[in-house]
Amino acid sequence: MTLFGYRVPMMASLLVWCVIWEIVGRSGAMFLVPPLSHVLVAAVALVQTGTWQAAALTTLNSFLIGMVFAIVVGVAIGVLMGRSVTADNLLGIWVNIFVSAPLSALVPVLMILFGMGETTVVVTVFLFAVWIIVLDTRAGVQGVPNSLIEMGRSYGASRATLYGKIILLAALPEILAGIRLGVVRGVKGVVIGQLLVSIIGYGELFELYSRNFDMENFWALTIILFAAAMGLSALIESIEKRVDYYAGVR
Amino acid sequence: MRNITAEAATAATKTAGAEIAVEVRGICKMYNEVEALRSIDLDFPAGKLTTLLGPSGCGKTTLLKIIAGLIPATSGEIRVNGKTVTGPGPERAFVFQDFALMPWATVMRNVAFGLELKGMGKDERQAIAAKYIAEVGLSGFENKFPHELSGGMRQRVGLARAFAVNADVLLLDEPFSAVDEQNRRKFQEDLLELVEKEKKTFIFVTHSIEEAVYCSDRIVILSRRPGRIAQIIEPEIDRSASPDAIRRDQGYLDTVEEIWQGLKHYVD
Repeated sequence: MTLFGYRVPMMASLLVWCVIWEIVGRSGAMFLVPPLSHVLVAAVALVQTGTWQAAALTTLNSFLIGMVFAIVVGVAIGVLMGRSVTADNLLGIWVNIFVSAPLSALVPVLMILFGMGETTVVVTVFLFAVWIIVLDTRAGVQGVPNSLIEMGRSYGASRATLYGKIILLAALPEILAGIRLGVVRGVKGVVIGQLLVSIIGYGELFELYSRNFDMENFWALTIILFAAAMGLSALIESIEKRVDYYAGVR
Repeated sequence: MRNITAEAATAATKTAGAEIAVEVRGICKMYNEVEALRSIDLDFPAGKLTTLLGPSGCGKTTLLKIIAGLIPATSGEIRVNGKTVTGPGPERAFVFQDFALMPWATVMRNVAFGLELKGMGKDERQAIAAKYIAEVGLSGFENKFPHELSGGMRQRVGLARAFAVNADVLLLDEPFSAVDEQNRRKFQEDLLELVEKEKKTFIFVTHSIEEAVYCSDRIVILSRRPGRIAQIIEPEIDRSASPDAIRRDQGYLDTVEEIWQGLKHYVD
């Protein structure tokens, strides 16, 4: 971006918004918005507390377990749907409903099924993340050129080899894109799940700070969470870039 | 040039006494209601390059893929070296129209892939692959990826992969159709050298009459759907001459002309 003939470095807009936040915060116009500098100080103090560390660990644990299940199940169903017309017809409608459905509404039901604990949160993460992984994997597998599969068969690939060495690798760019979008949704899932269960992890802290109007800690928590979600997404994107070169030349 | 009618084809090959590598017996193929091939009987002599030529939609690629064991025939039988074909096998190797290279693998890994699937050790298969990479003229490109190569070079990788598995029969499905004209000519010349050197049976599908006459020992012309054998021609061209001399040779030009006259009425 250039402004008045000067090249403005990236992320500069973020700085502008940070400055506006600071000014609004210092003016004291809204007690919900403390100055950004205070929030950052609170964030540094927060991450050193045992409460936060325990909450972060619980959250990360639920998130990772849910994501592993979502990736394994999502890729498996996606490959099945991409390869079998019957499976595609049978499952397609459900996947498309769930990918766009407001899943938060289901969490209370999950609480009844799985109790007020971590299991519910894990299931929420799974349900938030899995559908987009299914859809992207399916698209990737359907995009594998038929000749590549015929090549594998004609050179004597077994079924397992065909999937492991050809189909999954050829669909990798789409699968990774699905996982990246799934991770973003999974972060939403873990927070929403914990907020609704509201007695564990990050959800408990959110609940605590917002109920006590401890806005500095509340915003600190939010910023840490946003940064973590963006960081994860960027990490997967960098892996994606490594295989991107062949998405166009398959 | 020798023109053998379809009826006399089997008899002619038998009197010639040549060894038969691939026998096609009564092959029919139906795609739902569409009849793609109707009772094809054909012999492919060992060590020769036989071309399947015909208008688009005549089922020549279908016949090649049936021989490869990639698609099942509705009825009829394929025998390779006397054994009935039930699926793909190590005695046949396929070269694909769109190359079918793995974009995530280097030239070396692509060429060695057939051997990798056979379970051969890494050093051994790479040594074999290196030999064929050199033979198709790609030395120095071992560690390149397919997207870094031109179309012609990519098909050379496809050809090297087929050679590397040391199959008796090489099946080439319009291998040059995605290669630009200048590279195609050079590639055809190189292919003839390799045919001479490798002593394998080649079955070659093309829609280019010039390519068929230039490369083939025998040309099988299929009619439009349902595909049947319309004509079998053996262009008797002196292959020891230089490529440019062959392309100006009267026999070559006459054969091209005759095939064109036969195929002309299929073009609308």
